[in-house]
Amino acid sequence: MSADTAEATPAQAGEMLKMTGQAAITAALFQAMEEDSKVLVFGEDVADREGGGVMGTTRGLSTKFGDLRVRSTPIAEQSIMGAAVGAAMAGYKPVAEIMLMNFITVAMDMIVNHAAKLRFMSGGQSTVPLVIRTLTGAGWQTAGQHSDHYEGWFAHTAGIKVVAPATPADYKGLLLSAIRDPDPVLFIENSRTLFVPGDVAADQGPIPLGKARVAREGTHISLITYSGMVANCLAAADELAQQGISAEVIDLRTVSPWDKDAVLASADKTGRAIVVHEAVRHFGPGGEIASTIQEELFRKLKAPVRRLGAPYSAVPFAKVLEDAFLVQPADIAAAAKALCEYD
Amino acid sequence: MSQTPENRASPDAATQLDIYRRMVRIERNDEFTRTQIRRGRITAPYYSARGQEVIPSTLSNLMTDDDVICTIYRGIHDMVAKGMPLRPLWAEICGRVDGTCKGKGGPMHLTHPETGVMVTTGIVGSSMPIANGFAWASLLDGSKRVTIAYFGDGASNIGAFHESLNLASVWKLPVIFVCSNNGFAEHTRYENGTSVDFISKRAIGYGMPGYTVDGNDPFEMYAHAHAAIERARAGEGPTLLECKTFRFMGHVFGDNDAYMTKEEKAEALAKDPLVLFRQLLIDTGVATEAQLEEMKAGIEAEVQDAIDFAFESGYASVDELRRDVFAEEIPA
Repeated sequence: MSADTAEATPAQAGEMLKMTGQAAITAALFQAMEEDSKVLVFGEDVADREGGGVMGTTRGLSTKFGDLRVRSTPIAEQSIMGAAVGAAMAGYKPVAEIMLMNFITVAMDMIVNHAAKLRFMSGGQSTVPLVIRTLTGAGWQTAGQHSDHYEGWFAHTAGIKVVAPATPADYKGLLLSAIRDPDPVLFIENSRTLFVPGDVAADQGPIPLGKARVAREGTHISLITYSGMVANCLAAADELAQQGISAEVIDLRTVSPWDKDAVLASADKTGRAIVVHEAVRHFGPGGEIASTIQEELFRKLKAPVRRLGAPYSAVPFAKVLEDAFLVQPADIAAAAKALCEYD
Repeated sequence: MSQTPENRASPDAATQLDIYRRMVRIERNDEFTRTQIRRGRITAPYYSARGQEVIPSTLSNLMTDDDVICTIYRGIHDMVAKGMPLRPLWAEICGRVDGTCKGKGGPMHLTHPETGVMVTTGIVGSSMPIANGFAWASLLDGSKRVTIAYFGDGASNIGAFHESLNLASVWKLPVIFVCSNNGFAEHTRYENGTSVDFISKRAIGYGMPGYTVDGNDPFEMYAHAHAAIERARAGEGPTLLECKTFRFMGHVFGDNDAYMTKEEKAEALAKDPLVLFRQLLIDTGVATEAQLEEMKAGIEAEVQDAIDFAFESGYASVDELRRDVFAEEIPA
């Protein structure tokens, strides 16, 4: 579905559309810009003169909403994020695109020292309601500077929310909420799931941040995950079902603030949990979630809480190495089986 | 590098007096701050701007209440010049709940949107990318609001400066980049860290006018500030002003100035802009000595009142650690 059809399709209650996550994001941007004249979109190549984004995600926006609200920028991430911070404090709702997550490193000062902290440091006087859209994920052989998952860094920073959807409906609904949110939100688009079609309600509205989703119900073990690893966990759950193991898959949707209630309810029910993410396991978000489960449910657990994530290395180029770097469904299934047999 | 803008503006007597009044407020405020630190009543790193008073005083005279500034950790003079009330300013310096930021920012991070002090950053160079965002908002609003980014000569060597000037020029933003070149980046002498003899030359590379100005001369500053602000308001884009000055108190309070010669410091002190301007106002009949003494006494009373207010203010409750992280308090 192209941006044009996303715009042209009238929303009818109950109607389901098939679209990719990318098309869902485009639709959300059209909707948000239509609803609120303060919403701005900018980043490298985002305007139609430059093709509406390298991936085409912002195609059509500048033609409809004008070159002042939808602006292509120089390749200068620090100035992109600085402009977002200033415009947000001046009352706008900028949706800044940092093309790939690794390029965020160039803009860390603006995000970490300024966007995330200015509300607190100003005693609540400054508000920075911006969204950073960024794409990442291994699987395309783009190696160690184009595919990292750095959400842990931002989840560790007080004052910025981190959203990492896994389905087209969530890409739309969570982006709408991120744009409406009064605080900075990092919105992570995973390159393996972004182009997979799925059902999106024609009138899909905002989905609240900080609320997890049960992607698959189960009784023996909880697989707690988000972003691209939701698909791998669902595949693992299929494998496990054939072995008589019922795995529940919790899609966090928001990494920070994460839905403790949903995670603890699931782990309480199953007594076993694995946190699965694409990010490097070492000091990754899984550590925080796993230790919270153990602190809260120590006596109810039937097995230690495990974490699965990428090895402590850069994302590799060679396909055979990249496949080994990513947590595969078979890895998840094997770990789940071992925990179910734990004694 | 052009030395003189076209249509040179000159401050009239009332304007001169207003600029001087702002300078005295800055200087008295600075003196009283250092006194309180010496007495051990304030425990905070303090970056005095003594000697640099002319720059923000002139610019602030030309700014409206609507115009905004993004400044840096050596920036209290910019705020005082812009008109930030001294009571909440002092309470913030003292870390009290009645401070502009409830004591959560401190002297390096004052914010006061009512007077246009939108952000004060402790990160060298970071005032500039954010100023661009405010300037972009002016274009979107269709307003004549001008944004000023203050920074030092050291910041002209960081990436943020270069990215910001480029974007401001490409987008023709109503922003003025005001570099207070006091000759030292922390302890490093200008020429040991900067590739060009004049920072204003860098404007050429970004397609905008750049001027090197005697930042201690109110008349020179006024002409250039006036031209830059008018250019921004007219939608003609950004300007880089390199304002040459000197910091009398070193990098941070307690600095022993070992990186500069006694002679150059003595020479700078002998040309104290506050003393020179005061004499000029008397010599040219703009004000009498008695009038200026009365002005000074009034300002001292205002600063003392602010100090008393600050020390009578309490501290924020520790609950404040959880507040203002997000709009809604979220347990983590």
